[in-house]
Amino acid sequence: MKAWMLVLAMAIAGPAWAINDPNEMLKNPAQEARAEAIGSQLRCLVCQNESIEDSGADLARDLRAIVRQRVVAGDTDQQIMAWMVARYGQFVRLKPPLTLGTLLLWGTPVMGLLIGAAAAWLGRSHRTPPAPLTEAERAKLAEFGA
Amino acid sequence: MNRRLLLLAPLALTAAGGAAFWAMLNRMQQGTFDPHAIGNPMLGKPMPDFTLPGYDGARGFSSTDIRQAAQSKPVLVNFFASWCIPCAAEADVLNAVAQGGLQIWGICYKDKPDKMQAFLTQYGNPYTRIAADAAGRTAIDFGVYGVPESYLIDRAGIIRWHLPGPLTEQNVQQSLLPAIKATAA
Repeated sequence: MKAWMLVLAMAIAGPAWAINDPNEMLKNPAQEARAEAIGSQLRCLVCQNESIEDSGADLARDLRAIVRQRVVAGDTDQQIMAWMVARYGQFVRLKPPLTLGTLLLWGTPVMGLLIGAAAAWLGRSHRTPPAPLTEAERAKLAEFGA
Repeated sequence: MNRRLLLLAPLALTAAGGAAFWAMLNRMQQGTFDPHAIGNPMLGKPMPDFTLPGYDGARGFSSTDIRQAAQSKPVLVNFFASWCIPCAAEADVLNAVAQGGLQIWGICYKDKPDKMQAFLTQYGNPYTRIAADAAGRTAIDFGVYGVPESYLIDRAGIIRWHLPGPLTEQNVQQSLLPAIKATAA
């Protein structure tokens, strides 16, 4: 039974995705590094949680090729980003810029810290120091030999 | 008393989260909310310029052709492919919409001529005209991220409505038809 399952698992398991097809890469290592840096900041719209550099989707491959064409053509990083954003919106950027619309997104950690600090401040214990022992209590303690 | 109330706070938060989640699932079921939709920035902007060939020497079309055709009544541009399962699923709806008088211009995305022909033979051909986007570059200019996707072009050549995903009777009634009406106004 176990052997069967192993065979089955091996049959189902496909090869690892060949994402880095060497033919895709630019000959110039500096340009390729730039293209990879840009691509790693662009979301694959098909998988939505991978960058186009990491994704095996068809569309990601097309977008990788476009990034490389534009790098070779001499576009700046900003120009390439703007090209992508014009077609796919800010969502295509894995790291969205700080704007009025993303204020809440970027501000949430700060808000969390502030709320935590406020809660810690308000939650301080306001215990008054215990009242000194009365004569009777002192006598009782002496009785116990303390 | 104050402390008791504070203890209720996590419960209230969880309840609020649950209510929001329920509302989201409800809207997903009704088709009014798609968590994968990316909010196409092309909406309200002019359709991108392109010129595409047809298949097998057939005449394709360009953005200029669409703009001309849209001057009399709006054009629905539909990206499709024979290898795309939801495209087959929306075929009946597209045929019905075409019979209802809407002109649908098809852009066949990364496909082979014979496969596309077989697809149209099997599921019907709702298209006024068809062009081939073999490289998929025009689709990227439209902001397509997965076929089928549809764009409604108004008289001025502006994209007025967009649907990433298959047309259904429900979203035609609730979303496409009102959008067409709005272009006539």
